[in-house]
Parts: sequence; structure tokens; C-alpha cells
Amino acid sequence: MFESLTDRLNQVFTQLRRRGKLSEADVDAALREVRLALLDADVHYSVVKKFTAGVRERAVGAEVSRALNPAQQVIKIVHEELISTLGEPERLNLTGEKPRVIMLVGLQGSGKTTAAAKLARLLRSQGERVLLAAADPYRPAAVQQLVTLGGTVGVEVFTDSRLNPPELVQKAYEQGIKGGYSILIADTAGRSQMDDTLMDELKAITRKVKPADILLVVDSMVGQEALHIAEGFRDTVTLTGLILTKMDGDARGGAAISIRSVTGVPIKFLGVGEGIDALEVYDPRRLASRILGMGDVIGLIEKA
Amino acid sequence: MFSKWFNGLERTRKQTFGRISSLLGTSEITNDTWDDLEAALIQADMGLETTQSVIESLKATVDKEGLTHAPELQEKLREELINRLDPAPESLIPADRPAVILLVGVNGSGKTTTAAKLGKRYSNEGLKVLLAAADTYRAAAVDQLQVWADRLNIPIISGQTGGDPGAVAFDAVEAAKARGTDLLLIDTAGRLHTRFNLMEELKKVHRVVGKALTGAPHGVWLVLDATTGQNALQQARSFNQTTRVTGVILTKLDSSARGGMAFAIQRELHVPILFAGLGEKPEDLQPFDRNEFVNGILAEH
Ligand SMILES: Nc1nc2c(ncn2[C@@H]2O[C@H](COP(=O)(O)OP(=O)(O)OP(=O)(O)O)[C@@H](O)[C@H]2O)c(=O)[nH]1
Ligand SMILES: Nc1nc2c(ncn2[C@@H]2O[C@H](COP(=O)(O)OP(=O)(O)OP(=O)(O)O)[C@@H](O)[C@H]2O)c(=O)[nH]1
Ligand SMILES: [Mg+2]
Ligand SMILES: [Mg+2]
Repeated sequence: MFESLTDRLNQVFTQLRRRGKLSEADVDAALREVRLALLDADVHYSVVKKFTAGVRERAVGAEVSRALNPAQQVIKIVHEELISTLGEPERLNLTGEKPRVIMLVGLQGSGKTTAAAKLARLLRSQGERVLLAAADPYRPAAVQQLVTLGGTVGVEVFTDSRLNPPELVQKAYEQGIKGGYSILIADTAGRSQMDDTLMDELKAITRKVKPADILLVVDSMVGQEALHIAEGFRDTVTLTGLILTKMDGDARGGAAISIRSVTGVPIKFLGVGEGIDALEVYDPRRLASRILGMGDVIGLIEKA
Repeated sequence: MFSKWFNGLERTRKQTFGRISSLLGTSEITNDTWDDLEAALIQADMGLETTQSVIESLKATVDKEGLTHAPELQEKLREELINRLDPAPESLIPADRPAVILLVGVNGSGKTTTAAKLGKRYSNEGLKVLLAAADTYRAAAVDQLQVWADRLNIPIISGQTGGDPGAVAFDAVEAAKARGTDLLLIDTAGRLHTRFNLMEELKKVHRVVGKALTGAPHGVWLVLDATTGQNALQQARSFNQTTRVTGVILTKLDSSARGGMAFAIQRELHVPILFAGLGEKPEDLQPFDRNEFVNGILAEH
């Protein structure tokens, strides 16, 4: 199995002296390993390139702290840069007129319907009056899936098989006003960012209800295409956040870096299981360590 | 007439990244050629290891044959990639009757849809097909397959949500035997390969099927989403350890992703890629064609 980045970096640095400034050669040797780790984590090729160039600039000539060896020093810089790229967790935009609309969008099978139920549960527990809208008329039993999940979390689900998605969300919104709901969560069908018809449909929904949040739901196992997927959705609707799902697996989730650094869309939640309570606020430090494939080592280095 | 496969991949060509065709279009082979090739292969999710091994092998060919022009590389690259994939076997489904197939994979990869697509394909070919909805876990998973069964007019054995998936699988095999079914397709719940209990449960379903009919399941097909990156290899390893995988189905090849992880999986599991999923409709399934697949990897992005 793979050695961890730390082991590999330590090997790189065994021949080097322990203290002093990091030379260009030190840094380049280390960055080759960092590059490998980031590509293994599915960070986009172009993003890795830019990122390692940035780290190089910061690292060459940097003083090696007394408590760290050169390998650890480079990791510390890489980790800090990753954290600042990932950004602090952001909350939902729970402002504006009620009901505030949260719309979930993304590729097929990324986890939108499950995330809709998880958000409904979370917001309900915070005292909001939540209504779910089942705006996926295409996938067999997608509506039934949301109705079942709505039942589990105790949230009403608006359905109407005669309406197309924009009409349905519109009607759900009107229902939301009438019923005194504070939040409307719209689950949409999975779609490719290249499908013009379905992308236009998303646009049509946003023209009807002006969502406060449009969250892109991305599977953490996704590869290099994550970047283009996110760009495609961003070019169609105003994304306000990202939910990275299936983080209970062992995918490193490098998509988060690609998407965040290129589109600027902030990460709002992580999906960490199939259960309706498996939604976490994300922590940039932990995610950065995971992307590097280093886990606990980081904690030690941070304290140094 | 162009195949559906081609139409699916055609759309990916609109993407504006990567340069394999154009970079191999004109000039001399230089270091930049190799760098650009590396970039393009990695962006197709081939992974650094496979990418480097492809490039090493091409470099050796270039040396041996004294090639200097980049366009000459294009054919070599195509051959290199095609040779790394097994051709899909002549006969895609086992000869046993009933042939029992277990569809496995992580959450949302396309198992249920693929079960429906396979059902349509083989009932059109005149086989007696039976579907089994053994995902008793996910909300409305049974309803999802039931809708497909109704639409396609294929019989189905269903479990109750919350029920025992092993029991559903057992009943389905018994029914298949009793009814003279040719092909039984068992849809299972999505599970991450890291979830020990869920993987044990899958093992149990596998065992139960074997108890109901000696030699079954005759196929365990791993359904893999082509948009998956490096994690695909871990998935393939774990599912193979749990229930020996006999074939792979790559879904969502109609997306912008290239599915380059197929190379590493082929190399590690040594099982053929049987089908490609090219859309959400029941007819959007084709036998895997390694030439078309490699065309998709090489296409102007
Ligand atoms: N392990 C795990 N599974 C998840 C998570 N989120 C969703 N899933 C599972 O992933 C699969 C797909 O989830 P859905 O919510 O149906 O995805 P979707 O985006 O609505 O899918 P479509 O509507 O078909 O596009 C289901 O099996 C879910 O149970 C997660 O965070 N962890
Ligand atoms: N574009 C495209 N979408 C597909 C393909 N195969 C499946 N899908 C879609 O992907 C989503 C998930 O498919 P499912 O068949 O429900 O996946 P699953 O593996 O059964 O999911 P779980 O049972 O929740 O683990 C659905 O929206 C399908 O319509 C394909 O080849 N291309
Ligand atoms: Mg859905
Ligand atoms: Mg399913």
C-alpha cells in the first residue's frame, strides 16, 4: 500500500541537514512528493500545478523551525496553503423573505435527495418550518424516495406529478407562503453539466423562485472532472455552496480543492453516511489532512 | 450509422481541456510532448502510475523505432491503451440456466438502472429474465426497480424495506428455478467498500444465493461510475475481496468523464469490462468496446 506522504518526505530529507533554510533543491524534491499526493487525491492537474508553484515560492528560503525537520516544514507550509485555499466553513444564507429557498443540484447519484432530507432534518431541529419539494419527475421513484425520507425526518413533501420542475417548485413556494413555512428545500433531478435542456430547466427554476442558496452536491469519490462539472453548474446558476458527500468512505476528496480554488464556491457541508443525521459542518484542517493523506501527523506539526 | 456510444462520447469532445489530438497533431517529439501527454492522461483519470507506465512504454517504442514526429505517436498511443484492456468476451452472460448475476457497487453508481437496462437487453433477445430487488435498505429502492420492471414488463421479486436482502435473493433464486428463468439479475444496496458490516452482509447474500443454487451466482458484476477518480481502484479491490468480481460495468460514460481508472482496475482485477452505461434510459447500455473507449480517452477534449 502507499507510504504516507510523511514517510516519503522523510526519505527525501534523510540526506539533508536538519536546520537552516530550505534550499530550492530541498523544496523541489519535497514538492514532487506533494504533487503525487495531490494527484492521488484527485485534485485537478492544473490546480496541482498552480498550487505547488505557490508553495514553492513560499517555501524556498524559509527558515526551518527548531522543532521540525525539513520534511515537516514543507508539509506545514503545504497544509497551511491547503487550509487557506479550502477556506473557512460557511453557513447557509438564511436571510430574506420567507420561505427561503434552498435548491440542490448535481450529477446523477451524487446524493442530492439524501442531502435534501438531511438539511430538512437539521433546519427543522433549529426551529425552522421546512417544506421539501420533489422536483425530480424523471428518475423512477425519485419522488417516492423523497416522500419516504420526508416521513422519516417529519417534514412535509410537496409533490405533483402533473407539473414540470419549474412549475412544481413555484407551486411549492406558493404553498410555502400559505402554510407559513420558513424554508423550502428543492430536490432536483441528477443531470450532466453538458445537458443543455436540463441545465436550462435549472435556470427556469431559479427565475421562478430566486433561491437563497443553490448548493452543488458532489460525490467525494469524483475524479479530475470535478472541476469542469462545477464550472458547468456555476456558469448556469449562481452556486452558493458545495456539499461533499460519501465522505464516510476512503476517498480523499481532492475535488474540494479543485472546485474551491477555481470557482470560489465555499464548502458548506459534508455527507458522512446514508443516515439522515449523517451531515457535518466541514473543518478545513481535517479536510486538508485527509487530502494530503496524512491524518494525525498534521496535529503534531501544527503544534510545533 | 453512428453508434449510441459515439453519440454519448461526442458530447465530451466539446470540453475545452486536454490536448492529446492537437498536441500530437504536428510537431517534433520533445519533452513538452511528453509533459502534455502526461497532463492529458492524468486528466482522463488514468492515475499517475498508469500514466507513467504508458509514457515509459511509448518512450521505449519511440527509441526502438526511431520515431521523431509527434503524429506517429498517436497510433502508438492508441495501440498501447487498447492493449491494456481485455476485449469484452463473445458471450457476456454465463451459459448456466438460470444464470444468476449479482450487481454490486458503491452508493449511486448505477446498479438499479443497470439491472433494468440488462433486463431490457436480454428480454429483447428472447431470454426469460427475472429481476430481484434486494436493496431493502435505501428509501424507495424497491419502488425504483419495480417501476422499471413494470415499464419493461419484466417479472420481479421484491423485498420489504428493512427486510433481509439474503431472503429476497434466496426467494428470487428459488423462483428462477421454478419458473424456468434464463437470467436472474439481483440488484443489491449501494455500500461503501469501507463499511465492514455492509460488506459482510453482501458476503452473506452471496452465500445464500450459492445455497439456493449450486454454482450461483454465476456472475458478480461491479458497477462503477466512470466519473470516479483514484478511489475506484480501492472499490474494485474491496468488492473483489468480498465477493469475487467477475466483470465490471462502467456507467455514466455519457458524462464528461473519461473513465481512465478502468486501466488500473483491469490490470489489478484481470476481469473484463463487460458493458458501458451511456445514459439513463433502458436502451443506454452497450457491450464494452475498447476501441470506442480509447477513442473517448484520446478525443479532442
Ligand atoms: N455512504 C454514503 N452514502 C450516501 C451519502 N449521501 C448519499 N448517499 C447514498 O448515495 C446514493 C445516491 O443518493 P441520492 O440521494 O439518491 O442521490 P441523488 O443525487 O439524489 O441521485 P439522483 O436523483 O439519481 O441523481 C444512495 O444510496 C444514498 O443512500 C453519504 O454521505 N454517504
Ligand atoms: N447519465 C447517466 N446516468 C446514469 C447511468 N446509469 C445510471 N445513471 C443515473 O445515476 C443515478 C443513480 O443510478 P441508480 O441506478 O439509482 O444507482 P444505484 O447504484 O442503484 O444507487 P444506490 O442503490 O442508491 O446505491 C440515477 O439518476 C440514474 O438515472 C448512465 O450510464 N448515465
Ligand atoms: Mg435524487
Ligand atoms: Mg440502487
